[in-house]
Amino acid sequence: MEGNPKTPTVNFDPETGLFELKGRSIPENSIDFYKPLIDWLDRYGRSPKAKTALHVQLEYFNTSSSKCILDLFKKLEGIRATGNEVTVLWHYEADDEDMLEAGEDYAGIINIPFKMIQIEEVDGN
Amino acid sequence: MIERIHDLYDELERQRVMLSFKGALSPDLITALLGAVERKMEGLESDPRTRKRVFNVVMECLQNLYHHNTKLREDQERPDAAPEPQGVVMIAHMDRGYSVLTGNFMAGIEVEQLKNHLDRINGLPADALREFYRETLADGKFGRNGGGGLGMIDIARKSGGKLEYGFVPYDKDSAFFSLNVNVTT
Repeated sequence: MEGNPKTPTVNFDPETGLFELKGRSIPENSIDFYKPLIDWLDRYGRSPKAKTALHVQLEYFNTSSSKCILDLFKKLEGIRATGNEVTVLWHYEADDEDMLEAGEDYAGIINIPFKMIQIEEVDGN
Repeated sequence: MIERIHDLYDELERQRVMLSFKGALSPDLITALLGAVERKMEGLESDPRTRKRVFNVVMECLQNLYHHNTKLREDQERPDAAPEPQGVVMIAHMDRGYSVLTGNFMAGIEVEQLKNHLDRINGLPADALREFYRETLADGKFGRNGGGGLGMIDIARKSGGKLEYGFVPYDKDSAFFSLNVNVTT
């Protein structure tokens, strides 16, 4: 799913267990955007790969998206609880301390290992 | 009226207003305003962190205007109510940062709750504010638009200062809410 000025590019590959959320997540109503993704992860969770990795590479996200993103992580937490390996790779731009803090906030709530990855710039829209 | 246009322009220039808008908001218009702010900030501000903070604050403020006005319209059957969410926004370049001013109508019965929320936020130092954000994020409560009480906390975190606000009674059911968020460099 390609991104636009308000929603991120989404790549979900159930064959490799590699998922990606990239760009901006600033829609007025995030529930409309995230509900299908959360439902999709729910189905994936019934027969997940032994290893699942979610790359989050956001330039901006709004507070309407915050709890939806937490819900995505909760689905992954459930997959991890059934004995699978799950990692969140949280990318943040070198000068963006706020985005690093946002990743730490999630890592403090969710029982999944987070890897913080410093990058030059978020590419794609 | 015709002379006032120049006065208005002069006044906006004196206040170093980068962008101002008054009227009905739609998601497309919010996208356009954010695009304008982003382009303007690229030319004005060399610190990427400040650029991002201003963008974030403007985004949250505009979306507040959009959502909260809609609620007033849905909740109250006012024959004279505007057909779309109305608001005013002004972004000014100050000597030591940026000021994001917004105003919108809201339901009078919600004033006290919002005031208490803002006072609580203003009373917290940065680390406690972060903790309040985390607690609210994890509380499992979803608002109608997904935010669930995070908006003002996030605005305060990005501002790094106190939120200045005011309420003016409008009629028996509603009040005008003004907010000034300073993002200092």
